[in-house]
Order: sequence, then structure tokens, then C-alpha cells
Amino acid sequence: MSILFNSFSEWKNHIETHNVPVWQPVLEYEIEQKGRTENEIWLKLDQAYAVMKDAVKTGLEKDMTSISGMINNGAKKVRDCKVSVLGENFQKLLYYTLAAKELNSCMGRIVAAPTAGASGIMPGVLTTLSEIHPDIPKQKILEGMLVSAGIALIIEKRASISGAVGGCQAETGTAAAMGAGAIVYCLGGDLGQIFESVAITIMNMLGLICDPVAGLVEVPCVKRNASASVIAFASAQIALAGDSAVIPVDEVIDAMGEVGASMETQYKETALGGIANTPTAREIEKNVLVQVVEEVEEGEV
Amino acid sequence: MIGPVMIGPSSSHTGGVVRIGKVARMIFGEQPESASITFYNSFARTYEGHGSDRAIIAGLLGMNTDDERIKQAFDETQKAGMLYSMKAVMNASALHPNAIRVLMQKGEKKTEVLGISRGGGLISILEIDGFACNFSAQSKTMIITAHDVKGSIAFITNILASDDCNIATMTVNRSGKNDIAKLVIEMDSGLKPISLEYLKSLNWVIDVVYLENVEI
Repeated sequence: MSILFNSFSEWKNHIETHNVPVWQPVLEYEIEQKGRTENEIWLKLDQAYAVMKDAVKTGLEKDMTSISGMINNGAKKVRDCKVSVLGENFQKLLYYTLAAKELNSCMGRIVAAPTAGASGIMPGVLTTLSEIHPDIPKQKILEGMLVSAGIALIIEKRASISGAVGGCQAETGTAAAMGAGAIVYCLGGDLGQIFESVAITIMNMLGLICDPVAGLVEVPCVKRNASASVIAFASAQIALAGDSAVIPVDEVIDAMGEVGASMETQYKETALGGIANTPTAREIEKNVLVQVVEEVEEGEV
Repeated sequence: MIGPVMIGPSSSHTGGVVRIGKVARMIFGEQPESASITFYNSFARTYEGHGSDRAIIAGLLGMNTDDERIKQAFDETQKAGMLYSMKAVMNASALHPNAIRVLMQKGEKKTEVLGISRGGGLISILEIDGFACNFSAQSKTMIITAHDVKGSIAFITNILASDDCNIATMTVNRSGKNDIAKLVIEMDSGLKPISLEYLKSLNWVIDVVYLENVEI
């Protein structure tokens, strides 16, 4: 990826022609773009992984109440819930993701992956994966993170990774696709299965709008991070089983780009539509938004 | 795509805002005694909820975007002895949706900086003391305030060339003919300390501010 791939099929061709690991071209791209050595890139990934694990831990230990009060220790509630709807691991995936994302909403230290608004998904997915499969070496997880980065690079090139540009499907959708690809890679899936997991994930997130209450990265963002982690695991399981998305991944990404482009502005982080435009959301705004505001005349600064 | 490590909740409302504060402080050259901050447009209503108020203060105190003290920045102002005030202004249509103006003071010394947060932690500084400019503070940047004399640009660029410095961008603005001019030069590589001292010593040069890279 010293020349950035425009498509997943180019990535696949490169891997098959040069017979290198799937993460290799992403590593080369990072070395070239950041002007760092290979060792420095691995070290950066290791640090990012450490910050992710810390985020999960901190989100479960410290008080997670946001400035607005809309986020209030949800991860701990899920952890302590006696009714387990789908088993311990499912519960864990949810509260790990919630913990990392709540920390973001509460001004804690996180890794943007790919963005701050979706920063609960990769930590939730990777910490859960490494706990359920303790035999996965850390190096393999770091390689999986490079695979994730490669996935996001292509999605950004063909469609978008930000809610303001492509809606929530683009932002949490990309993070979930990154998570799915990392899971499939770490569990020994081949290139085709990694790409299928991306296609299935994006299909499952397609159409989701970005409609944050009061414009804050809290509601519905935090819980959507948790659901996106679940979709990442669901897609990885289906892909690893050898089932297909039927539609090739590049075409799925283009479809997401098309939906994002035709999405109305009120559904793109502007807090004008969807959940942000409900009567209750408008009531919350009165308490959360700055009320003493000067208005200037047109054109005046 | 994985990174940067930052303090949440948002790269444009916290990360970028910390950087605007930090660059403003670097332009001022020292810890201000007081700062008056104006949040415009999209920032005006949400700056408290997003913690942009804490972020700008943290930057003015010299913190980086991944500093865990950002959330407690208001408490930190007491230690640093910095007073601050905040104001929100809507419908400033001539300005970017995410614009911030910072007026820093220490004794008689005053500097005003206008910055915008472009998303993903990227920023642009668009005004210094009323002089228009446009730089991102991602590469080495030199800000020269000088008397508007003939040949000054050629003189300065010659010094850069002899230091093997490639100029990436340059903006020049002046308050009036034969009055004060401000040059902002972004460079691909650094300037020798002795060249910087030489520039500062010139009788037509009023002030030189040199910004090393500001880490995201």
C-alpha cells in the first residue's frame, strides 16, 4: 500500500501476486506516510492497543458521568446485571465496548479508531476477543489492527468514515468493519473471509443516520457502539463459516457511499433530525446547550 | 486510521481546540495572565457539553491533546494563575462553523488569535492581531512582524535558502503602506538557531516567533 489501494480487489491482487501477509502493504504504507521505521509502527500499534485496554478498564472503574449527565455508568450496569440474555461473553462484549466509549464521552484518554465517536468498538472487540481466545499472541492482534487500518483506508477513499459526511453507517459502520476484519484475521481466516466480513458488516450497518442529541457524542452514539461491536462478531462468525455476502465488498462500500451522498443534511451530525429532533431531545438541549449567546448581523464578525 | 491517542469526546471539539489553544500560547510566547475566549457558530451552543471550554484552557496552559488533565483544566488555571472568560457568538456567517477567537494578555502585552478546527484534530490559524494568515502548525512555522520596507521578503527568503529551508507556504499582510507587515512562513525543515537570532537582530524586524511542530 505504498501506493494506497483504491479497492479491496487491488489489495487482494497485490497479496496474491507478491505472496505477502495481508497486513504487509498497510505496514509499508504507514512507514512511507508517517516517515517511521517498521519498529516504530509496531510500537505505535502496541501503544494504541494498550490505550484501548486502559480505556476499557478505566470505563469500568471510574465514575462515567458525562458533563450533560446523559451518560451515566451504563457499562457497569451491564456488567453487574444478573440477567444474562445471551451468556457471559456477549455481556462482556457489550460492557467492554460501552466502557471505552463512555470514557470518550467523559473526556477520557482514547484512541480514535477510526474516529473518536466510534472509539468504543475496536477496544470492545479486541479485549473481548483476546479474553475469549487467550492463545492469540499479542503480535497477531497488532497485525489484525493493521488489517483494520487497511480496511478503513479503503472505505475512506471510496466512501467516508465520518458521520458528518456519510452518516453513522460510515462512522460506526467502518469501525465495526475494522473490528470484523481483525477478528477474522486473528482467528485464522483467509483474505477472502476477511473481506466477506467487511461486506457483511457494512450491509448490516447500511443506512444508519448520525443524529446526536444536543450535538453531543453521547446519545445514541454510546449504545450504537455496543451494537456495532455485536455486528462485528456476527459478521465475523458468518464469514469464518465460509458463507458469502454475495455482493462483493467493493460494491457494498460503493453502495454505502451512495446512501451517504443522498442522505439529507439533517441526518449528518447536525442534530436537526432523527433522535436529535424528538421532543425529549429538544427538552434536553435546553439544559445542555449554552443559553447565553450573542447573535451578530449577517456578515459581521 | 488507528489513532491519534486523544482526550474525548471529539477530534474537532476537543483535540483541535486544545491545539488552537496551544498554538495561541506559542504565538504569545509565554503563559498569559488572562485569556478572553469567544466561541463562534457551531461551537457557540455546544462548547460546554463537548468540553471545548476545558480544551481551549488546557491548550493555553500548554497541554497536549492526550493529556488526562484536560478535563480538570479549570482547576489547573488556578495553579498557573491564569484568569479566563468565555463568550458565545452565533450567526457569524463570515467565519468558519468551528471558529474560536482568543485574546491573551500579560501586563501591557496583548495578542489576539483566530483559529478554526477543521475536524480530525486539524486546525488553521487565520488571524494574528488582525493580520490575516493561514497555517496549520503541522510543520515548522515562522511568524515575522516587521516594518514594511522594500526588499524585506527577498532578504528573509534568502536567509531561508542559505539554510537549505524549503518554503511550503507563505502569507504576507500589512496594516498599511510603509506600516507594519506580518509574514507567516511554513517550512519543510527547520531554521538554524543562529539565523533566527540574526533575523531578530535586524533593525526593521519587530518580532520573530518560531513554532516547532505541535504534536497532535
